[in-house]
Amino acid sequence: MSAVATPARQASGGINTKLVNRIVIYGLLALFALFYLMPLFVMLVTSFKTMDEIQNGNMLALPKAPTFDPWLKAWGETCVGLTCAGIKGYFWNSIKMVVPAVLISTMLGALNGYVLTKWRFRGATLVFGLMLFACFIPFQSVLLPMATILGSVGRFGVTLQNSVGTSFGLGNSTVNLVFVHVVYGIGFTTLFFRNYYEAFPTELIKAAQVDGASFFQIFRRIMLPNSMPIFVVTVIYQFTNIWNDFLFASAYAGTGDAMPMTVALNNVVNTSTGVVEYNVNMAAAMIAALPTLIVYVVAGRYFVRGLMAGAVKG
Amino acid sequence: MSTVATSQIKLTPERSRTSVRSRLQDALPKIVLAPSFAITIVFVYGFILWTIYLSFTNSKTFPSYVITGSRAYQRLWGWTFDTDPPSSWYTSITNMGIFGFLYILICLALGLFLAILLDQKIRGEGVLRPIYLYPMALSFIVTGVAWKWFLDPGLGLEQTLHQWGWTSFHFDWIKNKDFVIYTVVIAGVWQASGFIMAMFLAGLRGIDGEIMKAAQIDGATTFQLYRRIVIPLLRPIFLSAFIVLAHLAIKSYDLVVALTSGGPGGSAWLPSNFMYEYTFKRNEMAVGSASAVIMLMTIVAIIVPYLYSELREKPR
Repeated sequence: MSAVATPARQASGGINTKLVNRIVIYGLLALFALFYLMPLFVMLVTSFKTMDEIQNGNMLALPKAPTFDPWLKAWGETCVGLTCAGIKGYFWNSIKMVVPAVLISTMLGALNGYVLTKWRFRGATLVFGLMLFACFIPFQSVLLPMATILGSVGRFGVTLQNSVGTSFGLGNSTVNLVFVHVVYGIGFTTLFFRNYYEAFPTELIKAAQVDGASFFQIFRRIMLPNSMPIFVVTVIYQFTNIWNDFLFASAYAGTGDAMPMTVALNNVVNTSTGVVEYNVNMAAAMIAALPTLIVYVVAGRYFVRGLMAGAVKG
Repeated sequence: MSTVATSQIKLTPERSRTSVRSRLQDALPKIVLAPSFAITIVFVYGFILWTIYLSFTNSKTFPSYVITGSRAYQRLWGWTFDTDPPSSWYTSITNMGIFGFLYILICLALGLFLAILLDQKIRGEGVLRPIYLYPMALSFIVTGVAWKWFLDPGLGLEQTLHQWGWTSFHFDWIKNKDFVIYTVVIAGVWQASGFIMAMFLAGLRGIDGEIMKAAQIDGATTFQLYRRIVIPLLRPIFLSAFIVLAHLAIKSYDLVVALTSGGPGGSAWLPSNFMYEYTFKRNEMAVGSASAVIMLMTIVAIIVPYLYSELREKPR
């Protein structure tokens, strides 16, 4: 694409117009960069200040005496509801929920995408369409039935616990959330893999079939080794979505020890008892944001590709 | 053996005589897909029907399965601003209108504007682009916490400007029931506009340079070039971006909770917040379900035509 100054303009305005144009463009870009960076900057500096400095100082000023205490307090001591053991436990809850949910939904998506493109059958487009639409529903429309079912499963788990001695994880909030995220995540993962495998040469599959390779052999030996980029994209997309989820988390694990990070953070910030420790709140928010931010910094390119693939089909 | 991909499975006489094992092999792809499909049917479509059913009952704290007609819908739409206090549902859908309109419009305008600026052979594009886009990686809760702090009259922007000498500056939208929804717009735009920028930038990069050159040779000004040629060429991106934003707007829930805790007297509620509160906190399950059904219908009206055309376009 061309630069702003057109030949016609250049003829009349010359070098000066061009220079002014450049200054205006860079100025605007810098201004917007500030707009996007400001909240993160404020959050970061506040998390290193003492309460005294927050109340008497300027929001934008750098900490005069940087302290790491708010971070330590947020991690290990701050109160979430009535328990005051920091957010570390909830951070691990999120990890325990995210890892299995991402792995299972990604694997299922890969298999589904493989079937939907390379083993097409009558009605495959309808099946895909129905799964795709599921990505877009407002989850409010399934929230209550799922709560009812999870409630019954939980009661069954208690019965099992009493009679057999183990509930097999039934009724465990983390297990519930993994299940919920897999169920409502496979639409997206299937979409990603389907679109990726669509472009994968079918001749290779045919050749392998002639050589007698089975369904799973083809998947393992031919598809998987060539799917690295889409695996990265899908894992990042699912990781970000599930880590950041709040609706399911608050509906199915909104209280108690199994709360994921987002719910715990919201509770920390909205605890109204005692003095509000803004620096601790900001440190907690930073801790909640770090995993996805790190993924973004390390693999931003793949993150953007995932968003795009989720937004624009094909 | 069946052939891969395009050809449909035909049952030939030899085929029916093949062993169970090979028939199993042929059915394997469907068996692999079946659990995911079954899960979708039950937990998405089945649950939607269940929610619709509940919205026609008189469920309160616990689900009831006695159909009582459209009472919940009548209650939902029967309340207006004239009732005292004004109905939460009317507040929610008015907020949805304000938020949806401004959020989509500003994100599209800002996204396009930034994309055009970034497309002027900018040095440091590699640094600026990630800065515009990173909020998309954050959770709405984190965004809400950050902006709550930033917009707090006693601690944030207002206080800072006072310290800098602009003592008459007044900005308390986040505590004002008539303006709190606009703070949700600000935070929402902050989070999503960078992503819309990335979509437009990808679109701009896809435009054939020859068209641009030809227009320039014909003496088109930069403004004309963008208005007459570039923006019309970006129409598919506008559509995709609109779909993404509309869908994000209708689903918005977390941001209102974290940023405003619902606002003074629930004045920042969106339909999603209404649904959650009525279903889980106010023991009005039927009314909550009815609101969920209305949300779903809105999404269906936007998404289904879009998906239909997308899937139809490339028949294979």
